Amino acid sequence: MSRRALVGGAAAAAGSLLFATLPEGAAGQGASTSPPAQTPSDIPVDPTKVLGAPTSSTSGRSPFVVTGRTPTGAVSGSSLTPLHQFTGNITPTDLQFERHHAGVPTIDPVKYQLLVHGLVEREMVFTLDDLMSLPSVTRLHFLECSGNGRAGYKGIKPDLSPQNIDGLLCNAEWTGVSLSTILAEVGVRAGAEWALAEGGDAALLSRSVPVSKLRDDAMLVYAQNGEPLRPPAGYPVRLFLPGWEGNTNVKWLRRLEFNREPNMSKDETSKYTDPLPGNKARMFSFELDAKSTITYPTFPNRLVRQGWVQLSGLAWSGRGRITAVDVSTDGGTSWTEAQLQGTPGVKAAIRFTHMWKWDGAPATLMSRAVDETGYVQPTFAAFREGRGPGTDYHYNHIRAWKVAADGVVTYGGEA
Amino acid sequence: MKRRLIALAAACAVEACTPAGNSTTGERGTVHKAEPMPARFAVGRTATPAEVAAWNIDVNAKGEGLPPGKGDATAGAAVYAAQCASCHGAKGEGMPPNPKLVGREPRDFSFATTTTAVKTVGNYWPYATTLYDYIRRAMPQLAPGTMTPDETYAVIAWILAENEVIPRDKVMDATSLPAVVMPARDRFVPDDRAGGKGFR
Repeated sequence: MSRRALVGGAAAAAGSLLFATLPEGAAGQGASTSPPAQTPSDIPVDPTKVLGAPTSSTSGRSPFVVTGRTPTGAVSGSSLTPLHQFTGNITPTDLQFERHHAGVPTIDPVKYQLLVHGLVEREMVFTLDDLMSLPSVTRLHFLECSGNGRAGYKGIKPDLSPQNIDGLLCNAEWTGVSLSTILAEVGVRAGAEWALAEGGDAALLSRSVPVSKLRDDAMLVYAQNGEPLRPPAGYPVRLFLPGWEGNTNVKWLRRLEFNREPNMSKDETSKYTDPLPGNKARMFSFELDAKSTITYPTFPNRLVRQGWVQLSGLAWSGRGRITAVDVSTDGGTSWTEAQLQGTPGVKAAIRFTHMWKWDGAPATLMSRAVDETGYVQPTFAAFREGRGPGTDYHYNHIRAWKVAADGVVTYGGEA
Repeated sequence: MKRRLIALAAACAVEACTPAGNSTTGERGTVHKAEPMPARFAVGRTATPAEVAAWNIDVNAKGEGLPPGKGDATAGAAVYAAQCASCHGAKGEGMPPNPKLVGREPRDFSFATTTTAVKTVGNYWPYATTLYDYIRRAMPQLAPGTMTPDETYAVIAWILAENEVIPRDKVMDATSLPAVVMPARDRFVPDDRAGGKGFR
């Protein structure tokens, strides 16, 4: 019997579900998924005695697996990754979070053009074929909205799941052209310190990006997990800035303009700036500092028996590699180093696990990431002291999950 | 594997398997090095001035990119009522999730230490030029890019006047808009985080 089958709550009550369904009672929840090809009632009593299904063009999910992003339906809003349903390092492409400002545009790849102009030797237009003919690079990186964690900081309540709190996160393999290659093609001129990146959506979303980042590790991405980008992720081409807040990774990229100064566009002034104590706000706060989040056990899970429980979660840093993840089961009084599942990549998320022997007493679970710069994920108290209760974006404090004596797990806020 | 490497090393020592040039000869036969990459691949084509002009719509904080045209708050009130009020409220009070546009409190910019403050153009936006840049690219949401320069300047004048940033009779144009000093102009500081020890 799998460990998940020992987990109580709605999932186990329904019988044989491998993964928990979306939490009932979590505010505003409602998965939007295609109906499964089969319903559980079609499942034979003994699958070894009947012929199975034939080959097909694409694989659907098992009818027992119910999953989906939530909430859905907004053209200016987000849908969140069901982090609590995953166990590995890679986010399934079709469940990657969305954040749109004017919906998902439909762009014909044959008509697609990228205009590069401004302080360059050669103002140029690139087609998708042009970009795909240039040397490609393939790298594993996380992508996270800097608003991720807002509910867990400013909207604390017990029935928040990892999806609700940290679902504006994904980890994927990205393929595209190094921006440094494009810079050589156009010849950036002296004095060009910033580039305005503009999307081809109905918001013409724009962000100013330092040219130093474009020279460093930026990419023009056209594929994710081996296939063309999906439209919500920026098909056919997006800017990808490893480790930097999601909003700067401009989707449906149609223009790069090289300038002496940042443009002070809406999303780099009125949004995506971080109010600080002292009545100031930090701007161009691009990097996402080290962070981790437990994905199991969390709300809506319930531990139904004492004994060994595997804690599992993800850790990532926008400044390089994760070097360690510590876990605590006593609210941060003592810490133990967790196992990392694989070799941590640069600006990539890594799965951590830890076997914990639950004695049936109330417990508070936490995780704490450390990155190669020596940065240690801050406590909730340190974060609130440093940034203030009303700050916005970059919520990377330690998250706490409370396990009650009856095994019910809830979000603990600062715990 | 280790034995194989030793054998390969021995073979190399005898056969001098890293000879001069762009190839290596050994257990894999002769293997060539990739040609060095060119400084440029000369992919893509030159953009025409018309193509650049058609898409080069951004406005920066100095006002570069602002088109000719003008408008004041009186004209802007009508534009606002027709184009904006259905989502942002009759007086710019906001209709969540559509943001509030008008309001000066908290005047001390205490957004970090209070949890009830709502950001508006008047209390948070550092540059008035951002209004032109954003409205031209994205507003009104159901018909972006359809407002004329005069309508855009006028509605900006209305928003700024309602926020008590400019007088009601002040005309906004390519010269006056960049000259507006927003109340929150000096509240923004560069990012001082750099990883490593300590939390900022």
